[in-house]
Amino acid sequence: MSFNMLVLTCLAYVLLLFVVASAAERAASEGRAGWLRSPMIYTLSLSVYCTAWTFYGAVGYAARSGLEFMTIYLGPTLVFVGWWVILRKLVRIGRENRVTSIADMISARYGKSNVLGVIVTLLCISAGAPYIALQLQSIAQSFTVFVTDPAGASLAADPVLIAFWVAIGLAFFTIVFGTRTLDANEQHPGVVTAIAVEAVVKLVALLAVGVFVVWFVAAGPSDILTRIDAQALPQWEIQPGRWTGLILLSAIAIICLPRMFQVTVVENTDDQHLATASWAFPLYLFLISLFVLPIAVVGMELMPAGSNPDMFVLTLPLYLGQDGLALLSFLGGFSAATSMVIVASLALATMVSNHIVVPLWLKVRAARNLDSGDMRLLVLSVRRLSISLVLGLGYLYYVITGGSAALAAIGLIAFVGVAQMLPALLGALFWRGASRTGAALGLVMGMGLWFYTLFLPSFGPGVFLSAQVMEAGLFGLSWLRPYSLFGLTTLDPLLHALFWSLLLNVLVFCLGSFLSFPSPMERVQGALFVNIYDRTGPARSWTRPVAEAEDLLPIAQRILGASEGQNFFRAQAALQGKQGFLPDITPEFLEALELTLSGSVGAATAHAMLAQSVGTAVVSVEDLMAVASETAQIMEYSAQLEAKSEELSRTARKLRDANEMLQKLSVQKDAFLSQISHELRTPMTSIRAFSEIMMDSESMSPEERAHFAQIIHDESIRLTRLLDDLLDLSVLEHGQVQLNIGPVQLRELLDKAIRSSESVQASRKFRILRSRDPEGIEIVTDAGRLTQVFINILSNARKYCIADDPQMQIKVRERKGMVEVDFIDNGAGIPRDKQALIFEKFSRLTDSMQAGGAGLGLAICREIMHNLGGDIAYVPGQGGAAFRVTFPRVLAPREVTRRTAKSQAEAAE
Amino acid sequence: MSRPPRPQFLARDSYRIRRLMDAARFLPVFGFVLVLLPLMRHSPDTDAPPTASEGVYLFLVWFGLVFAAFLMSLGLRRALDAPKEQITPPED
Repeated sequence: MSFNMLVLTCLAYVLLLFVVASAAERAASEGRAGWLRSPMIYTLSLSVYCTAWTFYGAVGYAARSGLEFMTIYLGPTLVFVGWWVILRKLVRIGRENRVTSIADMISARYGKSNVLGVIVTLLCISAGAPYIALQLQSIAQSFTVFVTDPAGASLAADPVLIAFWVAIGLAFFTIVFGTRTLDANEQHPGVVTAIAVEAVVKLVALLAVGVFVVWFVAAGPSDILTRIDAQALPQWEIQPGRWTGLILLSAIAIICLPRMFQVTVVENTDDQHLATASWAFPLYLFLISLFVLPIAVVGMELMPAGSNPDMFVLTLPLYLGQDGLALLSFLGGFSAATSMVIVASLALATMVSNHIVVPLWLKVRAARNLDSGDMRLLVLSVRRLSISLVLGLGYLYYVITGGSAALAAIGLIAFVGVAQMLPALLGALFWRGASRTGAALGLVMGMGLWFYTLFLPSFGPGVFLSAQVMEAGLFGLSWLRPYSLFGLTTLDPLLHALFWSLLLNVLVFCLGSFLSFPSPMERVQGALFVNIYDRTGPARSWTRPVAEAEDLLPIAQRILGASEGQNFFRAQAALQGKQGFLPDITPEFLEALELTLSGSVGAATAHAMLAQSVGTAVVSVEDLMAVASETAQIMEYSAQLEAKSEELSRTARKLRDANEMLQKLSVQKDAFLSQISHELRTPMTSIRAFSEIMMDSESMSPEERAHFAQIIHDESIRLTRLLDDLLDLSVLEHGQVQLNIGPVQLRELLDKAIRSSESVQASRKFRILRSRDPEGIEIVTDAGRLTQVFINILSNARKYCIADDPQMQIKVRERKGMVEVDFIDNGAGIPRDKQALIFEKFSRLTDSMQAGGAGLGLAICREIMHNLGGDIAYVPGQGGAAFRVTFPRVLAPREVTRRTAKSQAEAAE
Repeated sequence: MSRPPRPQFLARDSYRIRRLMDAARFLPVFGFVLVLLPLMRHSPDTDAPPTASEGVYLFLVWFGLVFAAFLMSLGLRRALDAPKEQITPPED
């Protein structure tokens, strides 16, 4: 194809981009940018990751090293697939703080420090300029390959000239669409849309070549797979170190590359877009990589020996006579190169102007006490100049190195360079303790090592580092050899540099952060960045403002433009409920103003400008503490309130319980009275009846008389016993009982109780199972009362145990000073629903007459045991009725005196 | 500064989203391990490396990751919109 034809094609293509970009700009300015802000456009714009290095270089890489080329795309895939971990936070912070570049991000996080901004800017330019040179080189090379007519060949054979014109053209494009306005968010819809179009072109071109190779040159996928194995070289063996290292490196690069930061973070308008990009961008990379190895293999097979594999994408279609496909491929490579150059130079220019030129200019102006008019023009001019400067640097780099093979490796070398920002960046996102000192030291350390071990040696011996230094080390010290620092010889130079630079970078970063004390501004920003998802702002960066709104309006106008500045002030005043253009200078207002300004000139510059006007009313440590203690006080107060309300509800609950208890007691008392009346009435009735019979009948035999008298006597004994029991119970319940405490052996008590209980239903034979040993313990208690309890239980068993062969087991245990005596019979036991009732007064499970008691026995037992400091309980599930009597081995007299004192007090009331 | 106490247990929907976020954090680690597998499959018998089969394997893993990320993004979208205090885990 003729040279002129090719140039015309390029121009037509660029013109198309111009049209697309300006249409997008116009749509955006008219507010109908709906589709411009779609997640697909966002995803496509991310494809600036795939530069000409990808488009042409990946095939060459695959031809030389096999599958290793995939590492460059697998790393970013992992980062995007795991967007929830890092990218989501990065994008959110970037948008909410109106970050303009990665330098701005780092400088804003570490206390809006411009020193950090400058360091990062210099690092990015060192890594970025050679990368831009690489793109210029690839465009020039593709021209040389493509032009075949003799007239144009001489022109096309001069790559330096082509590179020059390409650089000029790209600078022009970038300036027109990258610096049209000074946007408050530093977003460029025109550029982004053009990049998206270019992304489609390069993908389509590579896929077209791939499809052609797989289905038209080869006989389909299976054929390609056999050809791959046929062509596989021994050096295609995957090397573990490089494989792992390069995946990590490319994963770091996708986060840290300035141009990637620009499209991922700065141009992002919505978190949702990231959700789409999380799978769509890896898919894009997948498609881009899919045909790389087939193209490389077919190229190696068909092309004459000695052809440059880096140009297979272009030369293979040409060789096979597919000129149309070759032209598409050329445009794809052209797109890949131009989109990278445009975004990279835009991102770098923003850094240069915001962190180097504008701060310098402000300093000079402050020194000379000058006051200029509209600063927007200045910032824009600076930025345009910076774009030209960055592209000029790239071009210069290309000319100096002469497009040597050294350039081909620059992609990975640049990756290692930008990777030095990773510790500071991750610290910014996740570690509140990361400090400016640590970040600066880490960056400088990492950058220095990168320079010494990778960047400078990459120019070849003799350019910056002499062959002697490369061989013998700096100052002849062998442990300072650039490619084997500290004697590390087994790693290849790239991994060696990555290892040392990142290791020492992280080390110094951490040490610096541990040992330094951050300024208040750093701490404010640190909390703001790390806790970005907590909507409650931690503290404000402005306090006690001393400026007047009238002083600030001119600054805003100078940067935002007259009408925008006024609109902003009026909107802020309206927010405060004021009319007119001058809001009150509150910390909130200053913060909003600073945020808006930082969208244009970066956080550090915006802060410095406001600080100049407002004075030193920046936040101090004391202010931070005050805010913190205020919050703490509020929380303390609310905690107190909570405690009080809890106490109230506790008291209410107690009152309710007490009330319920009183009601229950009242019911119990009524029941008790009616029970007692009933119990008293039955014997009384029979006494009265029999005494009446005896009074009325004259003719009564002495036997009858004696019989009736006997009945009356028995009934009165029963009455007396009932009254005794009641009295006893009353005495016990009120704790007025006089205990007769003394030492005694438990066995004796049990013997006595068994003997006494034998009189009850004396005809029944009970087998008593006892264990003599544990019964031998000495106890100190009221022996009489305790025996009374035992007798009661044993008598009950004799009365109620219905087994044919009744037996009673008595177990004694001592546990923690308490003695437990279990009485277990082999009868039917007590039904579950009655178990709770048996200790109540007048409770009887069977007919009262049969039992012959008043139903007070167990109630008295319980009271006795309470008086003895113990308890009696029914133990269910023992195979019969089981009662457990628990009491202290040694009853302390103190307890008794306390009880009596208490009962005396009660009696006195 | 301490934060207000968060609820200890969540309703079914929020619980699902929490686990989805866990899965999203885990996916890249899992993917990294999968792409490292070819390193451990070296066969010393043959001279030429098994480039074709490893290539097919890697592209399959790659596509699997893309597909998993696609499925997860459907659910995570809701997490981006939902009120923070309900689903955002504490980040310190």
